[in-house]
Amino acid sequence: MIHCFQLKGYHIVLDTVSSSVHVVDEVAFDLIRRYEELPREELVTECLALHPEVSKAEIEECLADIEELRKERKLFTPDLYRPNVEKIAKRETVLKAMCLHVAHTCNLDCEYCFAAQGKYHGERALMSLKTGKKALDFLIANSGTRHNLEVDFFGGEPLMNWQMVKDLVAYAREIEKEHGKRFRFTLTTNGMLIDDDVIDFANREMDNVVLSLDGRKSVNDRFRKTVGGVGSFDIIVPKFQKLVVERKQGTYYMRGTFTHLNPDFVEDIKTMLELGFDELSMEPVVCAPSDPYALTEADKAVVMEQYEALADLMHERAKMGKPFTFYHYMLDLEHGPCIYKRISGCGSGTEYVAVTPNGDLYPCHQFVGDERFKLGDLDSGIQNLDMQAQFKRCNAYSRPECADCWARLFCSGGCAANAFHATGDLQGVYEYGCDLFKKRIECALYLKVAEQMEEE
Amino acid sequence: MKRIVTLKTRNLEESKKNGGCGECQTSCQSACKTSCGVANQKCEKASK
Repeated sequence: MIHCFQLKGYHIVLDTVSSSVHVVDEVAFDLIRRYEELPREELVTECLALHPEVSKAEIEECLADIEELRKERKLFTPDLYRPNVEKIAKRETVLKAMCLHVAHTCNLDCEYCFAAQGKYHGERALMSLKTGKKALDFLIANSGTRHNLEVDFFGGEPLMNWQMVKDLVAYAREIEKEHGKRFRFTLTTNGMLIDDDVIDFANREMDNVVLSLDGRKSVNDRFRKTVGGVGSFDIIVPKFQKLVVERKQGTYYMRGTFTHLNPDFVEDIKTMLELGFDELSMEPVVCAPSDPYALTEADKAVVMEQYEALADLMHERAKMGKPFTFYHYMLDLEHGPCIYKRISGCGSGTEYVAVTPNGDLYPCHQFVGDERFKLGDLDSGIQNLDMQAQFKRCNAYSRPECADCWARLFCSGGCAANAFHATGDLQGVYEYGCDLFKKRIECALYLKVAEQMEEE
Repeated sequence: MKRIVTLKTRNLEESKKNGGCGECQTSCQSACKTSCGVANQKCEKASK
């Protein structure tokens, strides 16, 4: 299977199974597009009609190149992996990542919050140090030979339980060596409680810091405000700026959410850049279609256009020596994930679990609060093996709709939570999200192509 | 090739033999939390 698309003057061909990427001229583009559909003679005739300036010999030469790439398994590669999918679905997995809900409470009252203002439809709660330690012990005990273990301090707002976070990191540093592990911490925060102590500690101990800001002041303050209705922009921006200026190691992401009210989210990206941030992510809102801020079908065209505008902006800024990263356009074509990762995806419910303040285990943060998805707890471990098996089956091949999708090895079948919330089925397909995802991958591939072609 | 430039990409078929160590970052653990993409993760086998 191949995917042929044109973007910004480039003709790009992706070979789905090998993930090979080819930049071609119009003649090769037309030949490749129709290569498997037409007998050779008809293909040549059609190409001659489309490109009268090209000789038959040149077309034959191009066809020979295409055939060579096919033999090298860089074009029209047959699906080599499907036969092993059952094995992958039944594979032994170990735990390697945890989303630690250290605070089911929040000091902001964002209307669009999937976590219901941090409470996940339950009671306000803070995780105790005892439960936190138990969670890390559980992670180590269930991580097999994995060396790198990830823990995200998440909420609600984790800074509302900051001393516990610091104490837990100290505990982790005490125990990691004796177990041959390395903890990598992420802090995801709305910024309201950032102070010098948080900056110093986070910049020393957190491998990644995720900072929530939606961009323009008017956009940010529309949703991200205190219970009293005060917008957070003026409070958090100086704090984020100080944290980022002082950050000398590890990554950070300035992360925003865009909604029906700001589908022109590139303007928000520009605001982030003007404020001095350069590691950015913007996510489409996840909510019920009936919510007034849900992205609509009409918004989709705008968002698609915005993704292209974002690629333009990145390209221009890179040429000016002022590059920035956008999380979803980061592709490492040469040293990216192996085929196992590409098929098996995020590992929610199997390699990755969310832990609530009282120690309950869920497949990921987006299922927390929905009892049907509770996997178990820290005391008794994972008990709901039937539910876990359903998550283990989520992969690039588990949904029939993905069988003829060119992007399946980029998304691994997509987010199980989005699938469930959009369709009521873990094995459903959130089509809106798929459309946006595919556009992002096209733009990311275009940026890689432009970078290489301009180097040459 | 005159009309085709092929970018350097990881040989996925080869990675079937030497991949699967699982040391890479969990894809939703970074900056998305509301979506899933795996292609932007780095392979960490070498750093094991």
